[in-house]
Amino acid sequence: MTKRSFAYRLLPLLGLVAFLLVWEAMPRLGLASRVLLPAPSDLPDAFMRELANGMWLKSVGLSLSHYTLGLLVGLGAGIGLGVLTGMSNVAEGLFAWVSRVLRPIPGLAWVPFAIIWFGVSQSGAVFIIAIGVFWIVYFATHGAIRGVDRDYIELAKAFGFTGPLERLFKVLLPAATPGILVGARTALGQAWMAVVAAELFGVTGLGSRMMQASSLLATDIVVVYMLTMAALYGLMDTFFMAAQGRLLRWKP
Amino acid sequence: MEAVSASKLPDHVIDIEGLALSFDQDGKRTHVLRGLDLKIAPGEFVAVVGASGVGKSTLLRVLMGLAPQSEGKVVVTPDPAAERPMALVFQDSRLLPWRRVIANVSFGLEKTRLPAVARRERAMQALGLVGLSDLADRWPWQLSGGQRQRVALARALAVRPSILLMDEPFSALDVATREGLQDELLRVWRQTGKTIVFVTHDIEEAVYLADRIVALGGKPGEVRSVRVIDVARPRRRGALALQDIAAKEKADITADAAAPVEDYVI
Ligand SMILES: Nc1ncnc2c1ncn2[C@@H]1O[C@H](COP(=O)(O)OP(=O)(O)OP(=O)(O)O)[C@@H](O)[C@H]1O
Ligand SMILES: [Mg+2]
Repeated sequence: MTKRSFAYRLLPLLGLVAFLLVWEAMPRLGLASRVLLPAPSDLPDAFMRELANGMWLKSVGLSLSHYTLGLLVGLGAGIGLGVLTGMSNVAEGLFAWVSRVLRPIPGLAWVPFAIIWFGVSQSGAVFIIAIGVFWIVYFATHGAIRGVDRDYIELAKAFGFTGPLERLFKVLLPAATPGILVGARTALGQAWMAVVAAELFGVTGLGSRMMQASSLLATDIVVVYMLTMAALYGLMDTFFMAAQGRLLRWKP
Repeated sequence: MEAVSASKLPDHVIDIEGLALSFDQDGKRTHVLRGLDLKIAPGEFVAVVGASGVGKSTLLRVLMGLAPQSEGKVVVTPDPAAERPMALVFQDSRLLPWRRVIANVSFGLEKTRLPAVARRERAMQALGLVGLSDLADRWPWQLSGGQRQRVALARALAVRPSILLMDEPFSALDVATREGLQDELLRVWRQTGKTIVFVTHDIEEAVYLADRIVALGGKPGEVRSVRVIDVARPRRRGALALQDIAAKEKADITADAAAPVEDYVI
């Protein structure tokens, strides 16, 4: 039994190794040129170069600050508005068509406005990231609040919690937390995609460094940053899952 | 609701006259209660019986002010000295899954100004009353159905209401636990002088506990009979006098169910 579960635990690692081997084999067997597809074995070298000239730390640091701020702003606005339209039919009605108009606009389409409103600046990047996060979290929160069992609301009333704020904090938010967290987790990944888009127009960071490298055909450096992003995302998702496990420890 | 001084309680804590209630659904109007009259004196223990769907839970909802609409007079005058006017033990136990047992019991206390330590103490005491002190730190999903019912009862007792409304609170319990809780409830009732409205399908239970049994019947539901249980307390379970009353009550209910239902047209 334990032996079996240990073997199962090794499966993800095995998959990763196989993936790297196939990847390494492609350029080595001449199936793809090293410029089009850098081999994994080229990457440590490229990484050390980026580290030595200080670009890696600088780009990652800046991107992380864009990411964190954008995520927080998007989460705050998404949860706030989602709760509002989830609790109030008037708010939901007012926002119904506004959301239909704005929702389909991709983050990239906001870039011109980000430049006009904020200039080529950190705030512009944060704005682009926040928009992407906002919609995901907004819809998740709205749905979760609307989906709260009416029986719980009745219970709150029966015990004297009649005001909207009491209703919100005593039952709506706790009951909606699982749904909101699903949105937040999706946003965690979406925000990294938005980081690249947000830095395309010149704000320094990991995305703009990738664009520079790719215009010089330094594809190994591009891949270094791709993997950096993957590692950061993996790390955050792991932390997120741990935090979620604590928040939802009441679930069977 | 009128204000009443603590020294002079009103004749009735609950005064219902001509209560009617209907639901609109898909353009069709369903009448649930009609012309329901019921007066309950302070400190009285009233059992409410009646067929499934007759409107017993709906009646309790109206009393709690949870029903969206109703016609007729409903005046509730709880003892102003009590910490809370009313508390309801729901038919489903309705525990909040994100709160541990102890936090579920102290839920209603969060409406008061009690400090957290006092709330916890009070909740533990209420849990003790229903015999679940050991399970204070469990999550609701780790409880059996009967344990959940008892936690819900503790939650209602913890707020020390003037009027306690109970919707089939002991239906999921084994005989021994149920009888233990019935006696516990009687003890709390005697000590605190609460008014209790107790919905049940179990006539023996109603006869053992209550001062009066109110039988609802018909469609839409109304009061079909009120029977005073004039048996001195403490009562002996299964005493002949109680058995006699239970037999009569059952006969009435059977006769009422057999009677043709008049069609109610608006
Ligand atoms: N929100 C609602 N909308 C429409 N009909 C309702 C609603 N709530 C209750 N009813 C109807 O009202 C009637 C009375 O319901 P109620 O729950 O009061 O019955 P009850 O006497 O408590 O029955 P039971 O003994 O099975 O608990 C039922 O026929 C039910 O279908
Ligand atoms: Mg019922």
